[in-house]
Amino acid sequence: MSVLISKETRVICQGFTGKQGTFHCQQALDYGTQIVGGVTPGKGGAAHLGRPVFDTVAEAMTELMPDASVIYVPAVAAADAILEAAAADIALVVCITEGIPIADMVRVRALLPPTTRLVGPNCPGIITSGECKIGIMPGAIHQPGVVGIVSRSGTLTYEAVAQTTAAGLGQTTCIGIGGDPVHGMGFVDCLRLFEADGATEAILLVGEIGGEEEEEAADFIRDHVTKPIVAYIAGMTAPPGRRMGHAGAVIAGSHGTAQGKKAALAAAGVTIVESPAHMGRILAERLRST
Amino acid sequence: MRLHEYQAKALFAQYGLPTPGGVVVTKGDDVDAAVKRLHGSHCVVKSQIHAGARGKAGGVQVVPMNEVAALAARTLGTRLVTGQTGPSGQPVNALLLEEPVVAVAELYVACVLDRRLGQRMILASAEGGIGFEEGRPPVRLPIDSLRGFSPYQGRMLAKEIGLSGRLVAAFGDIVATLIELTAQTDALLVEINPLMVTEAGGFMVADGKVEIDDNALFRQARLNSERDPNQSDPKDEQARALNLQYIALDGDIGCLVNGAGLAMATMDLIALAGGRPANFLDVGGGTTAHKVAEALTLLVSDSNVKTVLVNIFGGIVRCDLIAEGLLLAAARFERTFPIVVRLVGTKREAGQQLLAQSGLAVDVTDSLEEAAQIAVARARGL
Repeated sequence: MSVLISKETRVICQGFTGKQGTFHCQQALDYGTQIVGGVTPGKGGAAHLGRPVFDTVAEAMTELMPDASVIYVPAVAAADAILEAAAADIALVVCITEGIPIADMVRVRALLPPTTRLVGPNCPGIITSGECKIGIMPGAIHQPGVVGIVSRSGTLTYEAVAQTTAAGLGQTTCIGIGGDPVHGMGFVDCLRLFEADGATEAILLVGEIGGEEEEEAADFIRDHVTKPIVAYIAGMTAPPGRRMGHAGAVIAGSHGTAQGKKAALAAAGVTIVESPAHMGRILAERLRST
Repeated sequence: MRLHEYQAKALFAQYGLPTPGGVVVTKGDDVDAAVKRLHGSHCVVKSQIHAGARGKAGGVQVVPMNEVAALAARTLGTRLVTGQTGPSGQPVNALLLEEPVVAVAELYVACVLDRRLGQRMILASAEGGIGFEEGRPPVRLPIDSLRGFSPYQGRMLAKEIGLSGRLVAAFGDIVATLIELTAQTDALLVEINPLMVTEAGGFMVADGKVEIDDNALFRQARLNSERDPNQSDPKDEQARALNLQYIALDGDIGCLVNGAGLAMATMDLIALAGGRPANFLDVGGGTTAHKVAEALTLLVSDSNVKTVLVNIFGGIVRCDLIAEGLLLAAARFERTFPIVVRLVGTKREAGQQLLAQSGLAVDVTDSLEEAAQIAVARARGL
């Protein structure tokens, strides 16, 4: 068991024949992901990485019936790519692209049908350890296991993964929800999935400054999550008013601070990790004590 | 990207919003000609910096017309420190000279992003001006991204914040304009504070703040050309040119990290070990040895830096390229620093081997925590 994706998941790639699409799809294939084809407008009919290429997502849908699409389209065209995938009834859309204008994402949020789940943009993607890798994360650090990981960051997620692997816990599924202020699935959506998943025994939440998603997660956890949760919030030392790399990582006045988020999560029963070096160790301790 | 007040007001005027008569000067010699274009006996002299709380810091002064030149001469070229700037303040390279407005009331209205709902939102309050932060929370009006906005919603909002008479319709129009401006300029924030109610019973935009989405600058070429690089730390601007995410801080440990989250986490680790980071720096995913070298050269150009901490979790980024970049940069450092390196992930062994063979004195560790602890100790001369 796992959430969202498994070894059965059939994946297409939008921006398949580009440099990023090519590199990461090859890596995904090597991991065992079922990349069944791709879309690059104007290259329909060709083959790439031994898989068929289509001009439109609708054609790929008809021929391949994929469950998911991963987007490596440049920022100017990425919102359109998300909407194209949604219009073709793709159930899961994972957008890796960084730097999409926020107004474009506002429009995507308004138009996205409830039948399509969006992960990202500006995210590392999603991986079910040992089964299916959709995104840019290094596959080798993952190990099938019991921890569900959800994170707003990229490399910090790899840190969390490596620590849970080193602690002998392994992961079910890791979801990078992305660093943009307007994005698809959030902490609450992912927590709901992990709570319902039989294989996930504990959850590691990696948040950061800015916005109020961690506070919303805390509200949800209080009433709806029974599994042990450990959280690290990055940006304890970040100065107010500055965007810390991610468009969404900014403290506005007294809102969005790491301290406020930690307090909200702790009040909901979440174990807070002060040091990002201790995520795996403290999760293991929490699991042993429950 | 933030606009100056005078740039924001020019934008407001272009959209038909009422702004006071005003003129911008950047040189003392231009003041005499500038004030001739203004009416009245007095002038509001406003320092143009990318920070608020100017009034309390002397950055906004009302003086008789014949004193403007002297005030301008004293102010231009200095740095203004306010409650919202750092201790060294922001440079005052331009002054906005304006005709004073007599207000009978000061309102607040803004168009912002509601991150939770993923849509725009209008904030409005009858308690604008410098008391806004302390006043009651503003009224919130979410804007449906598909249905858009009709002025009647603005009129209802006007009633909700206690306006009456002809101000009701006028306020509705202002809100509609604000939303149009926000959409067309890819603004993340458009704020009018205060929106003055004049003695004549109309509105006047007395101060405004506009922030444009950096991700959208490719299609906002005209606004992009209005960027004022002098309002940022020079190192921030160099980093911008190199396409690096860099933010200067006030500590002594220079950090080079891949990924924004890990870069913030590295700052936190340094603080937990009792030290202070000199910067936030994310070298990004598609980096090269050359870019790493440029990034390192930039971060040690901060004279406060005593130690360099390189923290890389190689995914797309290859550790051997990071090591190559470090060696390139170290060869041109003008002073020597203790260097602490943590390289894990893709091509870790190749990276560590390059460092070991180079003979460069480097502390190498695989431990995230230990890397921060060593860097803090080295910065203290231990």
